[in-house]
Amino acid sequence: MSALWVLFLIVVFPGFAFTFLFAMFFAWIDRKVTARVQWRVGPPFLQPLYDFVKLLGKEIVVPAGGSRVLFLFAPLLGLAAVTVASTLVWQANIWPRSGFAGDLIVVIYLLTIPSLSVILGGFASGNRVASLGASREMKMILSYELPFILAAIVPIINARGSIRLGDIAQTQPAVSHISGILAFIVAVICMQAKLGLVPFDAAEADTELMSGPFVEYSGAPLAIIRLTRSMMLFVMPVFLVTIFWPGVAAPPQAGLLPALLGSLKIVLLLVVVILLRNTNPRLRIDQAVAFFWGPWVSGVAVLAVVLALLRNAV
Amino acid sequence: MNLKLKALCKSPWVFHVNTGACNNCDIELVDALTPRFDVERFGILLVGSIRHADGLVVTGGVTRQAAPRLRRLYEQTPKPFLVIACGTCACTKGIFHDGYHMAGPVDEIVPVDIYIPGCPPKPEAIIDGVVKLLRKVGQTNREG
Repeated sequence: MSALWVLFLIVVFPGFAFTFLFAMFFAWIDRKVTARVQWRVGPPFLQPLYDFVKLLGKEIVVPAGGSRVLFLFAPLLGLAAVTVASTLVWQANIWPRSGFAGDLIVVIYLLTIPSLSVILGGFASGNRVASLGASREMKMILSYELPFILAAIVPIINARGSIRLGDIAQTQPAVSHISGILAFIVAVICMQAKLGLVPFDAAEADTELMSGPFVEYSGAPLAIIRLTRSMMLFVMPVFLVTIFWPGVAAPPQAGLLPALLGSLKIVLLLVVVILLRNTNPRLRIDQAVAFFWGPWVSGVAVLAVVLALLRNAV
Repeated sequence: MNLKLKALCKSPWVFHVNTGACNNCDIELVDALTPRFDVERFGILLVGSIRHADGLVVTGGVTRQAAPRLRRLYEQTPKPFLVIACGTCACTKGIFHDGYHMAGPVDEIVPVDIYIPGCPPKPEAIIDGVVKLLRKVGQTNREG
């Protein structure tokens, strides 16, 4: 693979430009479905794009008490991570043989970086509300990463121990067995927390912390943060579908129908996320941690791993 | 056409400033932001941080305590942005006209882009005012 090709993959397809378009689309679906749930009309189709362009044109205010470099650098870190994660996941779906051993682990790490960048940015802003939000975000990461990784072990076991996304995407779907279904449910709950949506949005809690770690951000950095979050809203469902319920985008030779079904799965997952977010109250941070570390999430994840091991041992 | 201002008119996020209102305008303003009126159709969102704001909706005639704070909020908001004086007090001091504690209506403290009179203005009036303002900003822009 030449450097130019890799650059094309990351910048145009399936990296930044492609993910950008779908992030805008998914952000619109999110707002539109939310509006419909609340019995309203909702924003026009281009609304996320208007927001993005507007924020790019606004003045950038850097708080006097903060760390200037880190404050401005943190959002870029998150954006870069989610771009590369999207590239790797889509590459594994479109060209299943092109990945490298261990790219699953790389993607899991990359998907953690946006949250880390939020923490960095929040603390760098020097705002009290932002650091409260950032510390909550940190507790959130500690709580959801364990069940998320436990859940991700199930498809690995299902794929006979392969940690290549391409291999996992080509084996029989993990959700065809009860272990996979349990792990999938756990992963969806963790995804909700990873996306920072209600009921796990204690970190940015609009009504108590204004917007938590983002409180001091304005203009272009805020645009990048919002873009990163929308891109996560796109990449996370794609990633989960890839490892648990493969067939996001079947290889080109498979034809149009499987690809269409694959995109339907992603949209289905997105709608589940949106409905969860619209029908739940916010959990306090201690409740959220107890929830993730308790029997209903981590316990079920362990159970799923054991079931998967038993199934593959027989 | 100025893309910056056009995008601003398409997605004005508002920040609510109470500079000594009797709470009546605040209730009507919050009412205007409920799903019933669905201002998200125009891209309007209520934000909690002044750094995210594109419009300051000021309610209440400005008290002496609130005046320096309003001035600071005005300076802290990322440019470009709009100031909306909502309610009779914000426009003219209203019934508090001769009050000893008044520093003046909003436009004596910071420049105002639109006045929405009423005691309190109905949500329909607030939305109408904001939409008129957005149209006006878009049009002057097209000519200039």
